[in-house]
Amino acid sequence: MADERFDAIVVGAGPAGTAAAYTMAKGGLKVALIERGEFPGAKNIFGGVLYRKQLEDLLPEFWKEAPLERTIVEQRLWVLGEDSVVTLGYRDNRFQDPPNCWTGLRVKFDQWFASKAEQAGALPIYETVVTELLRVDERVVGVRTDREDGDLHANIVIIADGVNSLLGKSLLLHREWQPDQVSLAVKEVIALPKQTIQDRFNLEDNEGCTIELIGQTAGMAGLGFLYTNKDTLSLGVGVMVNDLREKRIKPYQVLDSVKRHPMIARLIQGGEVKEYSGHLIPEGGFDSMPPLAGDGWMVCGDAAQMVNAVHREGTNLAVTSGRLAGETAIAAHRRGDFTYHTLDAYNTAVKASFIHRDLKKYRGVHGLLGSGDSEQLFDKFPNALNEAIYQMLLVDGVSKKQKQKVAMRLLREAAGGNMDLLRLGIKGWRAMNG
Amino acid sequence: MSQSIEERLFTIRYKADDKSHLVIQDQLVCATCTDKPCNFFCPSDVYLWHDQERMTSVAYESCIECGTCRLACPYYNIEWVYPKGGYGITYKYG
Repeated sequence: MADERFDAIVVGAGPAGTAAAYTMAKGGLKVALIERGEFPGAKNIFGGVLYRKQLEDLLPEFWKEAPLERTIVEQRLWVLGEDSVVTLGYRDNRFQDPPNCWTGLRVKFDQWFASKAEQAGALPIYETVVTELLRVDERVVGVRTDREDGDLHANIVIIADGVNSLLGKSLLLHREWQPDQVSLAVKEVIALPKQTIQDRFNLEDNEGCTIELIGQTAGMAGLGFLYTNKDTLSLGVGVMVNDLREKRIKPYQVLDSVKRHPMIARLIQGGEVKEYSGHLIPEGGFDSMPPLAGDGWMVCGDAAQMVNAVHREGTNLAVTSGRLAGETAIAAHRRGDFTYHTLDAYNTAVKASFIHRDLKKYRGVHGLLGSGDSEQLFDKFPNALNEAIYQMLLVDGVSKKQKQKVAMRLLREAAGGNMDLLRLGIKGWRAMNG
Repeated sequence: MSQSIEERLFTIRYKADDKSHLVIQDQLVCATCTDKPCNFFCPSDVYLWHDQERMTSVAYESCIECGTCRLACPYYNIEWVYPKGGYGITYKYG
C-alpha cells in the first residue's frame, strides 16, 4: 500500500463516509474508502429508520433496489406507566407514495450503500483501522493504518469514523465527549413470523409501524423504541450515559424491564432474540458540534455529533453531511487548493442545510436533560400522566370536577409544585424552539 | 423471554485478537474508585472488580466496541482503541 496517493481518503464506510465517497468518485476523484469492520455495516447499528429525501438526493429511486424493511405508515408514541400506557399516533397512507421513511437493518443497508460507492469507482479498503492522521504542520496529508506499510496519502481526508471519533479527538476537535453528550443504546432484533407481526401491529404487506417509548427507564433520561421489520422487530432503549453511570443499573436490565411491560410483552411474545447489540448515540446537539473543516480535512455524521435526538434522525443528517463534504472536495480538487480557505465551503453548506437549522432549533434540549430533571421528565411525569388518565376514565361516582382536580394535582406533584410545573413547561418550550 | 448476558452475547459473532484492545492503565486507581461504575454501565459486562485480587478484570473478548467505558470511567483509566482491522464484533442484522 506504500506510496499510494489519492485525491481523497474517507475513514469510515457508514452512511456519512459512503455518501462522501460516492459523491467524490462520481465526480471523478480518486477515492479510498476505509472501514475497520469485515465489511461496511459489520459494526453498525441504529434504531432504525431510514429517510427517503436525503438519500434520494444522491441516488434517485434507490428504494426500488435497496434492502429496506417496511415502509412506515404509522408512528406511535407510547407514554408508559408501570403496567399501563397512554398512546398517541398518526397513520396516513400518503406516507407510502412517495415513501417517507422505512425501517432498516444496517448490516444489509450499509453494505448495499457502500457497493454503490465502489461501483462509482471508490477503492474499498476494509478490515483496516486508521490509527492516526498523517500531518505536516497543521495540514492533514493522509492516514496511518494498522496494515503493514499502511500509510496512505491524499489531498483531503474525510473523517467519518463515527460517534467515538478517535481521529476527531486527535485533531482536538473534542477533548472527549462528556457522559451527558452521549446516550448508550442497547437493542435486540427479535424474530417473529411475518404474518404475526402484521396482525399484532395492524399492518398489511410492506406497511410498517414505529413506536417510541417514554417512561420505565428507571428515572434516566432516555427513550425506548419498537420498530417493525419484515420478519423481525427491533426493540431497544437508549439512556444518557451520565444517568446510567449514577444509577448503577446494567443497560440490558433497563431493556429487560421494557420487555416485561405488559403492553410490550404481548407484542414480542413468542419471538426469538436473533441479535443483541449496543452503540453510543451522539446527543450533545448543536452546541457539541466540533469545527467541521480545516487544512486537508472535513468531519461528517456522528463524528460531528449530527443527530437530531428529538426526531430520532441521524442517518439522513450523516448522508447529507457526507454529500456536502464530497461536493466541497470536488470543488477543492478543481481549484487545487485543499486548505481551510477552500474547505470552509463545507461549513457554509452545512449551515445552509437542514442539519444546522434543525439542530439549532433543539439546541436547548441537551441542557434540559442535563439539568437534573431526568427523574421528573422520564419517570414521575409518565407515571403521573398514566394515573391521571386512569382516574379521568374510571367511572366510580366521583364528580368530573373532582377528578379533574385530582388529575391536575398528580401532574403538579410530579413536577414538584405549581411553579416547578410552569418552570419545566417554559424550559421545555424554549429547549424545543431555540 | 429475558436472557442472561451470556446468551445475549452468544448472538454476536466475535473474532477475538490475542491482545486486548482495552487496558486498565492503573489498577491502583480502580482500588481507590468507590463506585466502580464500569461494573454496571458496560452493556456486555466486560469489567469486574475482584476484591481479593484487588483488580479489575477485562473480558475484552466480549466487548461490543460501543465506547461507553472510554468516556464514562470517572478517572479515564481505561485505554481504549479499536480492535485490529477485521477483528472484534461482526453483526448479522445491525
